[in-house]
Amino acid sequence: MDLFEILFWILTIGAISSALGVILSRNPINSVICLIATFFAISGHYVLLNAQFLAVVNIIVYAGAIMVLFLFVIMLMNLNADVEPQKSRLVQFAGIISGGILFLVILAALRDSKINGTLEKSANSVGLIENLGKTLFQNYVLPFEISSVLFLSAMIGAMVIGKKEPSNDLPERSPNQN
Amino acid sequence: MPIQYYLFLSFALFSIGIMGALMRRNAIIIFMCIELMLNAVNLLLVAFSKLYNDASSQIFVFFIMVVAAAEVAVGLAVIVMMYRRVHSVDINILNRLKH
Repeated sequence: MDLFEILFWILTIGAISSALGVILSRNPINSVICLIATFFAISGHYVLLNAQFLAVVNIIVYAGAIMVLFLFVIMLMNLNADVEPQKSRLVQFAGIISGGILFLVILAALRDSKINGTLEKSANSVGLIENLGKTLFQNYVLPFEISSVLFLSAMIGAMVIGKKEPSNDLPERSPNQN
Repeated sequence: MPIQYYLFLSFALFSIGIMGALMRRNAIIIFMCIELMLNAVNLLLVAFSKLYNDASSQIFVFFIMVVAAAEVAVGLAVIVMMYRRVHSVDINILNRLKH
């Protein structure tokens, strides 16, 4: 067992255990922190798979921007473990059973598949930023531009949804009166 | 390192995301589970990119990140609006379409 495999198993155990921490912890803040740990483990896997630029982008975008947004929203709502709604035991058990059955079905489908190959440990230049930039701007220019339109519409949509409405239609939601 | 190990890891993460989305009632936790599922798919795409020495799947990972960021912005805005209305993030309260 060389260094590559040792790192693979460490990162795998870290990713799966912190992903279990996301769904099992009562406090939403702990869930966010476990999800950030999962993203760091996945970024470590990206480094092992020669996708260095994606590893950095994953840390910056997911762990840096998206999870901070989640933390801000949780902080804004003042959620903690006391007010956390819990489903009944039966529904939780059914959720675990159906997720496990999905896992088994995918594994059974994988056993008969023709996918087999070995990832060689040699470094290549596929994941470097020069190669990715050339591929992005030679083959995928149109989806790139469309994604900018998507971002713009998402930004405008978030602003329109989050805008305060005039308070005459719903008197029960103005919190400064009660 | 066989490719099957990465497939198992991605499927395990995806199934954990499914379980969390089915188990929890907090809307924010369900959103986080959706992010977890998207990241499992990203890991699978990067593993196949390494297997076939192709950069296209890493570009797809970029687009998945773009869609995830836009989705989180809109979805958290919806959750904040819902919290302003009903003062809760419990998804069992949001059953007005049933009645």
